[in-house]
Parts: sequence; structure tokens; C-alpha cells
Amino acid sequence: MKHFFFAMASASLLLTGCGGGETDDTTDSVEKVEIDRNPYPSTYAPYPSAVTLIKDATVLDGIGGEIAGGDVLLVDGKVSEVAAEIAAPDGANVINAQGKWVTPGIIDNHSHLGVYPSPSVSAHGDGNEISGAVTAEVWAEHGIWPQDPGFPRALAGGITSMQILPGSANLFGGRGVTLKNVPSRTVQGMKFPDAPYTLKMACGENPKRVYGYGGGRFPGGAPYSRMGNVAGYRMAWAKAVEYKRKWDKYAEDGGDPPTRDLELDTLMGVLNGDILVHMHCYRADEMVQIMDMSHEFGYKVTSFHHAVESYKIADKLADYGACSAMWADWWGFKMEAYDGIRENIPMVHKAGACAIVHSDDDIGIQRLNQEAAKALSDGRRAGIQISNADAWQWLSANPAKSLGIFEQTGSLEPGKNADVVIWSGDPFSVYSQAEQVFIDGALMYERGNQTLTPVMDFELGQPGEGDLK
Amino acid sequence: MIRTLLLSTTAAVGLALSAAAQDVAIVNAKIWTGTDAGTLENATVYMSDGTIQGMGVNYAPPSGTRLIDAGGNWVTPGIIAPFSRVGTVEVGAEDSTNDTNASGSAFSVALRAADGFNPAATTVAITRVEGVTQIAVAPANGGSMIAGQGFTADTSGAPDSISNERAFVYVDLGEGGAGLAGGSRPAAWAALRGAFADARGYPARFMAHNEGDTLTRADAQAFGPAVRGQQLILVAAHRASDLRQVIELKAENLNLNLAIVGADEGWMVADELAAARIPVIVDPFSNLPASFAQLGATSRNAERLIEAGVPTAFAHLSNSGHQSRLVLQSAGNAVANGVSFDDAMAAITVVPANIFGMGVSGTIERGGVADLVVWDGDPLEVMTAPTAVFIEGIEQSLVTRQTKLRDRYLDLDETDQPLAYKR
Repeated sequence: MKHFFFAMASASLLLTGCGGGETDDTTDSVEKVEIDRNPYPSTYAPYPSAVTLIKDATVLDGIGGEIAGGDVLLVDGKVSEVAAEIAAPDGANVINAQGKWVTPGIIDNHSHLGVYPSPSVSAHGDGNEISGAVTAEVWAEHGIWPQDPGFPRALAGGITSMQILPGSANLFGGRGVTLKNVPSRTVQGMKFPDAPYTLKMACGENPKRVYGYGGGRFPGGAPYSRMGNVAGYRMAWAKAVEYKRKWDKYAEDGGDPPTRDLELDTLMGVLNGDILVHMHCYRADEMVQIMDMSHEFGYKVTSFHHAVESYKIADKLADYGACSAMWADWWGFKMEAYDGIRENIPMVHKAGACAIVHSDDDIGIQRLNQEAAKALSDGRRAGIQISNADAWQWLSANPAKSLGIFEQTGSLEPGKNADVVIWSGDPFSVYSQAEQVFIDGALMYERGNQTLTPVMDFELGQPGEGDLK
Repeated sequence: MIRTLLLSTTAAVGLALSAAAQDVAIVNAKIWTGTDAGTLENATVYMSDGTIQGMGVNYAPPSGTRLIDAGGNWVTPGIIAPFSRVGTVEVGAEDSTNDTNASGSAFSVALRAADGFNPAATTVAITRVEGVTQIAVAPANGGSMIAGQGFTADTSGAPDSISNERAFVYVDLGEGGAGLAGGSRPAAWAALRGAFADARGYPARFMAHNEGDTLTRADAQAFGPAVRGQQLILVAAHRASDLRQVIELKAENLNLNLAIVGADEGWMVADELAAARIPVIVDPFSNLPASFAQLGATSRNAERLIEAGVPTAFAHLSNSGHQSRLVLQSAGNAVANGVSFDDAMAAITVVPANIFGMGVSGTIERGGVADLVVWDGDPLEVMTAPTAVFIEGIEQSLVTRQTKLRDRYLDLDETDQPLAYKR
């Protein structure tokens, strides 16, 4: 697979000799130290697929378009054409989808499947490296158990891609990873090819609750307060700026390479624009502080997560250009979730900001379409008119953008990955279910078909093996 | 002056209750009755004095009655959330606002969740506006596998909204209870048997000292009605073998009034549950092996239990303090997974009303309590919402703290004044 290297390390370096004299040709072979940006590369390759023509469905293209009685053609694992009428190519597998709906696969940009898998026994708690408030050096993919039965349940809910994030205990929780929802023996076999890395950060109550032990007394833990949270981020960014300066200087001038620091590698990746920041943040006022901080250090927050109060600053989020990844109606389980309202998602959308429906939950991920439906209808009752077709952006296009994979997936446009769901009916109805789920054109799930229903290793030989789930 | 001020403040926040039951008739309604009458199209239901005093397709209410035109839409009984913590917690993570459990208490059965109920809690109104008019509220397990006694209430927010302060005793006999009892299922069952003996032996075995095998004096006294079958015992358990133990408990104590909540592997013992006439409260969302007690969890659990004849109610068990309102979505998903619409509706109305012996029947019928909801569509659909909610014939406010927050921020323009002045 493709390896990425820091651009600054791409040239060879001439090292000066001890004597300080002119170099000679023998030193040309000494190359600059390179940091491998992709040492755990994806090994995923699309599974075999047939040329597939889905006929006469209600098609939501995921970018605001709806075609009644439309056709979708999948060729070589890509969306080939979406139109009112497409002639079947020779040998195509033609699916009569009259009365059914076709959408892009749902992308959940906030999941802990694999790092907090089922069963949730103590040995499976691999999602929070609680040992320090700043653990930008850890990577979620190193904690993922690919045998989590939650993956196939999510597949049955139409999830074709998802971001697995570290938890929100830490100020910097570590790197997230974007996966294709295909069963695999390895995490590498699920990794979305060429998806950028992400960084999980967290605002508010969680870091200060987890680390502020000792009741604020010496020698207690930090951060103890929201002030401490922000100081903790800023100290880390300040170090990262210095680290980046060293590497930039090394790239420019040569000399001894800087000492590697895995924590700062990740933060430098953010400052270089290679790693996307996803930040857990509930309160409106905190999100605005974070936006200012990102300007202070020269990076961008791609998406605020949970964002229970985004509706209070939807205008500012639109101006800044951050997405909000939200629940439809979760609220009240802690103080910073107390002002949750049912219209958060449509109010963010109405302001022209990027709205995303996310799950953060192994049950919720199975019905994100219903969560979008609830938000959509509550918005309409509050006078916010959004079409079903536009609302589907919350489930595929916008999360794809937030993960840096929208050029590959997230909508039914020619040339994109054929990540497609056929629903038994209107996916905004509680009674509709995903019937067929295609990933890169390959039929990976079919409801009621035992041969197209993954069963994880953990489920073999247990009660309910192979049952309808 | 103070009185006037208070009244106007109450009106302004919009959380006030209507003064009294009005005579109201809902006309042009599609009424799901929950009785043998089935669903009535183009029907009328007439409420007076808090009860339903007339209904039917050709029924005409007394002249002069206030009419609400349902426009052909659904009217159902008020929905029941059969496993909730609404009104006993305001902010889950803030202990000072959370009365659901008491890990530091020396008591168990004697703990009454009703003592912590606040009808003015925001959760009450926020639950009500989703069409949920009745709740069964369980204590949570703190220090004991026997969490205490749960209650039933309506969601009117009125001071007298509790219908039964001591509706049931709640006992965890799954993994959680095992842990609290000392670390194993045998420890939990030994403790339960001890508790039964303490309650049956009360007060005699407490003459000489204050503690029984398992219970304190106050707990043993409080457990009396339950062990004599005069009070429901609600047992939390999932694993098929745990459920069989509960069935056996009933077989050995035929007078016990038992129900089970959870029961993810209930489908594996459905016939036995039906034969023992033990009702269950299941979460239709639960389909993951979340623990080793839930390996057989499947979204078809409800369908199979109902098929076997087990009285089955539905609950949304996750975040029961704030989200038990989602029971309608749970029921809709159960329909998508094989349960009939009528059985799903019964699972959130008639069946839980019967399990808890609530003051309501979960039906719409002449003479019944006028708890009902007018909807703007199919009540189990996620895009549907109530347009009117009646509890004991009183039309309820659909304003909540959440709708007020929404209304404040719908327009973010604060050119002339900060938004804090807007309400």
C-alpha cells in the first residue's frame, strides 16, 4: 500500500563532515530521517462485485437530490450512473427495487465499536488511555477488536463506513481511524484506504473529572477545572509548534534530526494540515473558546462532537466552518448535556453550518436514519423546512466531509465508491430496514440471507449463533 | 402583591398546568382503543370529570362540549413507560440531583423511590410531551441487590401525581445483583432466600436483635407484602438460566407476583415463562451480547415472547432517567422486527398497566380514566408527535424547558438586545 512521508523529508541531505570542510560525493548517499506517516497501512481491497442495476427506487443521492422511480448503476465497485432510466448493461444483475429506497451508505463519524466492544467486559476497555491527560501518541486502531459483534449489527443498519475514536477522558485522546464496515481478521483489513488520520480532543467535564483527583489539593491531578483544560491544550500546542519548527528547520537546513516524540508527531500532523481534529465539546461557550484557540496555534477544528449546544452558536459555527456531529435527542445525563433540545440538528443546518448525525453508541449506530428522521420532523414543527433529500446529507455527505473521504464516498455520484443501501421503504420511517448493503459494489449484507450475514468469532458456538439480530 | 407576582411568573414560564378537567370531545379521530373494540375510524371520544363518558363512531357528545377535531388522526391511550427513573434524577452525573440510588444506605427494601420523586422535575414534562402519561419508576441498585420499592405516577407534574407509592420491589438477580450480593449468583440467591425468611419471620425473628439473615428490621417489615404476594416483585435478569431460576422461585412460591425486566434471552424460555404466567418488560433495541448474560440477545425477542403468550411490555432501558420517553420508538422497531402493531401498542399501554396495577387501564373505553393522546400521525412513527395530551381529562401543557430553549435560539440576531432577554 501507499506510504506517505513528510514532504520536508523528501530530499536527501548533505551532512557536513567533522572538519567543517566542503562535502564530497560520498555523503550524498546519507538521506534525511523520514517519519513514516502510514506504518500500519490499509490492506483492504474491495470484494468481488457484479455489475448491478438497481431499478425503479426512490433514490436519495445524498447531496440533496431525489429521484422518484430512479435507477442506480454500479460498475466495478463504483457508482456509474444515477438517472431516471438506465438501460441494463449486458449481464448486469438487475434488482427490481420498486417501492424501495436507495441511499448512500450511512457514515457514522463517532463510534467506539472495537475499542469498547461487546461484550463490555473489563478486559475490553481499550478506548481510553487514561494514564495521562495528553495522550496524542495513542492510536484507536491499536485498540480495536475486529471481532466486535457490533460491526455486523451496524452493517445491518446501513453503516458502510465509520470513524472509531478514542474516548473523551483525555484532553488529547489520541488518533481516530476511519474504517470500511467490512468484516476482517485485522484492523488493517478494515481501514479506509487513504483516509486521513484524525485527532480526538475533549472539552469540559470528562477530562477534569478524570484527572482532577485530589480535590484540587496538592499533589492532585490536573486539569481540575475548565481553566486547566484550556491550559493543558495550550501547553501541548505550544510544544507542538516548537517541535514542528525543529522538523521544518531540519528539513530546510539539515543537521541532527530532532528526537522523535510520538505525542508531538500527532500534534505536528494537525499543524501541518494532515490530521483532522475531532473535538468532543458540549457547551456553546466552550466551542467558541476552542475556535479561538485553534486560531492562536494555526489549525482547524474539523468537527465538534456531541455539540449539544451548537444551536446556540450555529451562526458562529457556520462562519468558522466546523461541522457539528450530534444526537437527535440525548440530554441531561450530565450538566453539560442539560440544555440538549430536539431541534439541534435542523437548527445547525438552517444556519448554513455542517450538521452530522452521529451515534457514539453501539445501539444508536444501528438506526441513525431514525435519529435523522426525529430531528427532521422536530425541526419542521419548529418551522424549519428541510427536505428528506437534504437531510440525508447529515448521514453520508457531511460525515464523509468531516473525515476527509468525500471524494471517495458519501454520495451517489458517478465515480464514487459504490457504498449503497437499499431500504425496504422510506428510511425516515421506523418500519423500514436496510435490506441490502453494498460496500464498493460488493453485496456485504442481505437481510434474512444467512449466507450474507456476518457472524463474528465471538458469536460462534454461543446461544443465538446465526440468529436474526 | 407577592401572590400576583407568583401567578404571573408561573404563567410566563408556561409550565403551569391547566386548572381543571374540562368537558372535551375529540372528534374525527382514529381511536386505538386497546380493547376488543379494536381501532375505530372517524370516531368520537368524550371526556368529562376526568373519565371517558362516551365514545364511538356514531356517538354525539352533549351539545356545548368543546370539540377538538383530530382531522382523522390517531388517538391512543396515554403511553406508559414501564421502566423509568423520570422525576427522581435531574442531571445524571450530579449526585446532588440524583435520587435514583443510595450506595451508602444501610437499607434496601425500605428505600422508597417515591420519597425522591419531584413532579416538577424537567424530565417529567419532557417525557409527557412525547405522549407518555404514566411511568413506573424503579429505584436503582446502590449498595444492595434489592434496590427498594418503585412507584407509579402520571406525568402531569401535579403534586398528587403518584398513583401507588409502593407499587413494586425491585431486585437485580443478574450480573449486577450477583456483584452486590458478594460476587456470585449463589450469593445473590442465598441473600434473596434469606430476605424471604426475614420478611416471613418478621417480627418474631427480630425480637432479640435488630438484624435478620439478610435484611434489617425496617427492610424485613417493608418486604412483607411482596413475599405474601400482595406486592409485585420486579426482577432484573437476562440469561436464560437466570430466568429459569426465577420461574422456579415462582413454582416454589405460587402466591408471588413476579415480573421480569430485561430478559434478553427470554425467547429461549418463552414457553416456560408463559406457563408460569410471568410477564416481562423487554427492550426491543437490545440485540448485542453486551454481557455474557445477553449472548442470545436478538431484536426478535419481543416477537417470540408474544407469540408464546408471554405478557410482554416494552421499555427503553438506556438512560431511563431522561430517555424512557423513547419507548414509542422502541415499539415501532419491535413492529419492524415482527411484532404486530396492536401487540406493540398493547406493550406500551395495556400490558404495563396490568403488570403494575396502575390506576389506568391503558385503554380508551367508557368509564375509564381519560388519559389519552392525539397524534399528528402513526403514533409509533419516529416523525410523529402529539398535538394534545390529556391526563385525567386535563389537557396538558406541551411547553418544556427544552421548547423554551429552542424558541430563544431559533433566531440568533441579538443586534438590539442579548438573547438572555428573550423568552
